[in-house]
Amino acid sequence: MKSLFRHSFIALLIFSIALLTACGGQNTGKSESSAKPEQSSSPASSAPSPAAGDSGKVINAKIGVISYMTGPGAAYGEAITNGLNLALEEINKTYADKLKVELKIEDSAGKQEQALSAAQKLMNSENVVAIIGPTLSTEMNAVGPQANMNGVPILGTSTTANGIPQIGEFVFRDSIPESLAIPASVKKVVDKFSVKKVAIMYGNDDVFTKSGYDVMKKVAEDLKLEVVDTETFQKGQSDYKAQLTKIKSAQPQAVLCSALYNEGAVIMDQARKIGLDVPFVGGNGFNSPKVIEIAGKASEGLVVATPWFTGRQDEKVQKFVADFNAKYHKDPDQFAAQAYDGLYLMADALMKAGVADRSKLRDALAATKDFQGVLGKISFDKDGDVVMDPTVLVIKDGKFQLFE
Amino acid sequence: MLVEQLINGITLGSIYAIVALGYTLVFGVLGILNMAHGEIFMFGAFTGVVLVSELHAPLWLAFIAAVLITSLLGYFMERFALRPLRRMQGVSHLAPLISTIGVSIFLENLAHFLFGAGNHPFQTSISNVKIQLGNVSIDMVQIIIFLISVVLMLLLSVWLSKTKAGKALRATAENIETAALLGVNTKKMITFTVIIASAMGGIAGILVGMAFNSVNPQMGLAIGLKGLAIIILGGMGNIKGAMVGGLILGLSETLIVAYGESGYRDAIAFIIIILILLVKPQGLFGSKVSDARR
Repeated sequence: MKSLFRHSFIALLIFSIALLTACGGQNTGKSESSAKPEQSSSPASSAPSPAAGDSGKVINAKIGVISYMTGPGAAYGEAITNGLNLALEEINKTYADKLKVELKIEDSAGKQEQALSAAQKLMNSENVVAIIGPTLSTEMNAVGPQANMNGVPILGTSTTANGIPQIGEFVFRDSIPESLAIPASVKKVVDKFSVKKVAIMYGNDDVFTKSGYDVMKKVAEDLKLEVVDTETFQKGQSDYKAQLTKIKSAQPQAVLCSALYNEGAVIMDQARKIGLDVPFVGGNGFNSPKVIEIAGKASEGLVVATPWFTGRQDEKVQKFVADFNAKYHKDPDQFAAQAYDGLYLMADALMKAGVADRSKLRDALAATKDFQGVLGKISFDKDGDVVMDPTVLVIKDGKFQLFE
Repeated sequence: MLVEQLINGITLGSIYAIVALGYTLVFGVLGILNMAHGEIFMFGAFTGVVLVSELHAPLWLAFIAAVLITSLLGYFMERFALRPLRRMQGVSHLAPLISTIGVSIFLENLAHFLFGAGNHPFQTSISNVKIQLGNVSIDMVQIIIFLISVVLMLLLSVWLSKTKAGKALRATAENIETAALLGVNTKKMITFTVIIASAMGGIAGILVGMAFNSVNPQMGLAIGLKGLAIIILGGMGNIKGAMVGGLILGLSETLIVAYGESGYRDAIAFIIIILILLVKPQGLFGSKVSDARR
């Protein structure tokens, strides 16, 4: 009997080790497979090798990625790296004679210090020409100044808090800031339902949701709305009934809710259950098909302004949605779309710069104007912040539709 | 609003109480904190999600499956993470605690690997049923949660005080050596206790899934910490303490949000616990001689 136990214990151990290595291998496998062909021709950052292409010179660029891949926000990192890997595949195929991009993906686990050490590793020992990421604004506040000091162009694809591109001239983002998205959506809701009283709810332990709240508060003041109640919550909370019951008794005509979709979807579900049926206006992090998946019918009436809309009638958008579906068997969300465009922006700037050089790449990026991506026309302003028009969407009949 | 908030608080409190019962049982018998309890609870919730939301099985089946799976997890944990440490000489009394932390990390990542990140919906046919009393609306789910937790606690205390197995368990909790001398199979009793505690965690997991419609691999940590705070408040190893402590924490958290600042929810709830402990350091129902048996 004892030996039987011991055997099953050993079997369990081996099984668990196999599991762990299996999921570890997936991540490294992707970057390794793209690294292999280059390794045989030349080490990174040396002169372009004659073996790689026969017509002209091929730019060999190693781009670092810092993403939130383990922990509570791993879903964001998954969407982002999926978008990046799809773009990588296409870029290396389409521009095979001009450009060879290699991605070095590092996990930040959503922690500032881990993001910072990943960035240092990418900049100093991996010698990347640019960095895409990190995922959270909190992380960018730590990583951005370092990258700027080292003269490494860094492009946030999901950092929407105020003040990110203002960190320095090497810091860019292609994610639309809350200060642009939220006023657009709030204004439309106020106009349509002639709203006068609103309640605000936000996560007070995150730079992103907190900055969304600051914008909401300001918009409410600008539009002369009466804020009848302000409630907060924290990451990882699962019970919001107490806050929602209080909001309900204050009888607002709309709820402005600054939350990431994971918490936001649950908040909407519980709100509808206690009979709070007013429209919800969310920030950027609320905009994901996952809200519908998690909250189902309860998600109806959520209004968001977004750069990304799966249903947009545009050849480029529809091709991206179809390719993404074929590869990952789900619709791309905004995180995937922003990452996808992010890598294309980098590739575009690299080809304009003509060489994998950090400061030339920065200048080329800064000069980007009317780049046609899946998000629409993208330009950078003088700070390196994205300029584009957001679309206002509402969840109706189980899907995001244009809010008219 | 007050009535609705009280109901919210009681629901939350009942869930906290069932989680805390699992901690308190293991602590009573083994004298250790089982840090993996929250993660076992999370596996119970995921069992419910898979069965009810994805395979559309009836709810009662989900409860049975969750109890089976979490019991199995509890058994494996006792067998491979706790028992080997008990047999060895000179092992620090903190070793089992660290070992359960290891189990919790393993289980959290296993769930992450199996189910993916993010929240999973838990849709049941009864989750939209409401009862309207005047201008107060009560969810059917809230009533079920409260009933299940009360029934569980009654069953547990009857079982502990009236049945032979329950008496053996209490004897083991009192003093392992003496119980063994008196003919109690203490090894079996310990395994049994961990299994029961885990099964209760599994039931609590499904209840949380039903109540809040949010199941994710990290949920174990947040609720697990609350469970720990509750057994300190109620008195380590005390069943009544876990139940009352759970209700106190659930109600105070809810009422703080209702009549104060939601940002201070956890802070004030824990300040209340600290104040109670200053007056009664052994916890609400803890006995002063709880350390004498060592």
